[in-house]
Amino acid sequence: MAFGTTSSSHKSKKLAQSAAFFIFRLLSFSVVAILLVILGFILVQGISVISWEFLTEMPREGMTEGGIFPALVGTLCLVAGSMLFAFPIGILSGIYIHEYAKDSWFKRFVKLMTNNLAGVPSIVFGLFGMTLFVNQFGFGDSILAGSLTLGLLALPVVIRTTEESLKSIDDSFRIGSLALGATKWQTVSRVVLPMAFPNIITGLILSIGRVSGETAPILFTVAAYFLPKLPTSIFDQVMALPYHLYVISTSGTDIEASRAMAYGTAFVLILIVLLANLLANWLRRYFGKKVKMN
Amino acid sequence: MNSVETKDVHLYYGDFHALKGITMAMKKNQVTAFIGPSGCGKSTYLRCFNRMNDLIDGVKIEGDILIDGVDIYKTNIQVDDLRKHVGMVFQKPNPFPKSIFENVAYGLRVNGTKDKRFIEERVERSLKQAALWDEVKDKLKKSAFELSGGQQQRLCIARALAIEPSVVLMDEPTSALDPLSTAKTEELIHQLKEEYTIVIVTHNMQQAGRVSDYTAFFYLGELVEYAKTKTLFTNPKDQRTQNYITGRFG
Ligand SMILES: Nc1ncnc2c1ncn2[C@@H]1O[C@H](COP(=O)(O)OP(=O)(O)OP(=O)(O)O)[C@@H](O)[C@H]1O
Ligand SMILES: [Mg+2]
Repeated sequence: MAFGTTSSSHKSKKLAQSAAFFIFRLLSFSVVAILLVILGFILVQGISVISWEFLTEMPREGMTEGGIFPALVGTLCLVAGSMLFAFPIGILSGIYIHEYAKDSWFKRFVKLMTNNLAGVPSIVFGLFGMTLFVNQFGFGDSILAGSLTLGLLALPVVIRTTEESLKSIDDSFRIGSLALGATKWQTVSRVVLPMAFPNIITGLILSIGRVSGETAPILFTVAAYFLPKLPTSIFDQVMALPYHLYVISTSGTDIEASRAMAYGTAFVLILIVLLANLLANWLRRYFGKKVKMN
Repeated sequence: MNSVETKDVHLYYGDFHALKGITMAMKKNQVTAFIGPSGCGKSTYLRCFNRMNDLIDGVKIEGDILIDGVDIYKTNIQVDDLRKHVGMVFQKPNPFPKSIFENVAYGLRVNGTKDKRFIEERVERSLKQAALWDEVKDKLKKSAFELSGGQQQRLCIARALAIEPSVVLMDEPTSALDPLSTAKTEELIHQLKEEYTIVIVTHNMQQAGRVSDYTAFFYLGELVEYAKTKTLFTNPKDQRTQNYITGRFG
């Protein structure tokens, strides 16, 4: 049979393929469509209340008027605090587990624990944080206690991201470096980490997105129902966006009146996550280019 | 004089007996080729000389391995010092994602050299030795990934030479290269033996004939025959060698 001529078995094969692809495409389109509808809905509802004042003013009139400034600042503090805690510990653990630990029961145990930790419901982290940081350590409801709790939540994600990024680096680079008389640490710090860096960064920023939207872990450790002032130390309570959203949509003084505020808050929250993702993307490309060069 | 000398070396991967009592000596400033069918233990044996087998879990080694007279498993030496002394080039070119210059300078830097002038001189010298200088001298700051496969392999050779090893191990260094790059690399190996002792693993019998002074034939973890390259190819003593070089198995 010459090329280009189509037999009937060919035709039915092609038909099956087209049908399968059509269904796959339809399904993926519908997922995207649902996402767009949700985003669009919040966007349209929220955009009308977004203004400079909304971002920079204290809430007023039982949180039906004014802005979300303290909640925004609170969330930023919590994100920064939790990352300060989770990044160094998580990255170093990831490096240790992947590059140093021999395949022993200890390594398997640590991996099992981090995987399990990642699956623990966030409310459990909240309770744990309250018991340990708020009460046991006596930090009280504070940015410190909240950050540590959120940091614990982010820790398994950071460890896993680091591990995965390191795993993606081909062993031939490590072997090439060791064969030149480099020590293990030189190999990791000069060859492996610079290569893994873009992916690690991306994972870290995605974990920021996760942390900034969590409500349960901050519920008993830091979040204030209504506190129209900015924190002055890490032992202060703060408002936070996700909890604020929860409050004004379920238990505010006038839920109907604060509906618009709720959409505005949701809009800001989504914007933060979106910006984090964009930043992650940009950083990955930026460092991806840079790493080949130096 | 012998650069590499092994006495009754046995190596086990877990329960698997991969090297079965290998005793041989490789002469200084000579090229020794290892040939033999796939899986016979050539790479395994080669990796013993710079202790790269240490990186594999569950490896057990018995016997003596002496590099320039020093027993590298029994004497209390640092592996990184050993690896400075015994360089290695791999089957697949594996330059680092760094500039051409930094790739060659890497070995010097990790071994504590700070002197900029010295590093520059050594990089240039190594690239010249590896017959790559003319092709890259105007783009030393460019990424090594922009080089062709053959150029990358010569860069890896330059990288190994920069720390002035006395022995250079090459595990099928041309198997990923085109005929022209292969010819260049072979010519290079020929020149390098002035200063270095070279051990090369190859599947290419012609290549072994062209570049090596001595050839060792391995079969199922044993050293079957070891002789001057000419002798081994024209007048093999063992039937298995005879069969292999005439292409009756492999
Ligand atoms: N890391 C390892 N773990 C377990 N067994 C191994 C390992 N590396 C090699 N082997 C086994 O040891 C034997 C020798 O392998 P080696 O790679 O030394 O052969 P080779 O002669 O270099 O083969 P090739 O010509 O295909 O490169 C093979 O049977 C192989 O399966
Ligand atoms: Mg091999």
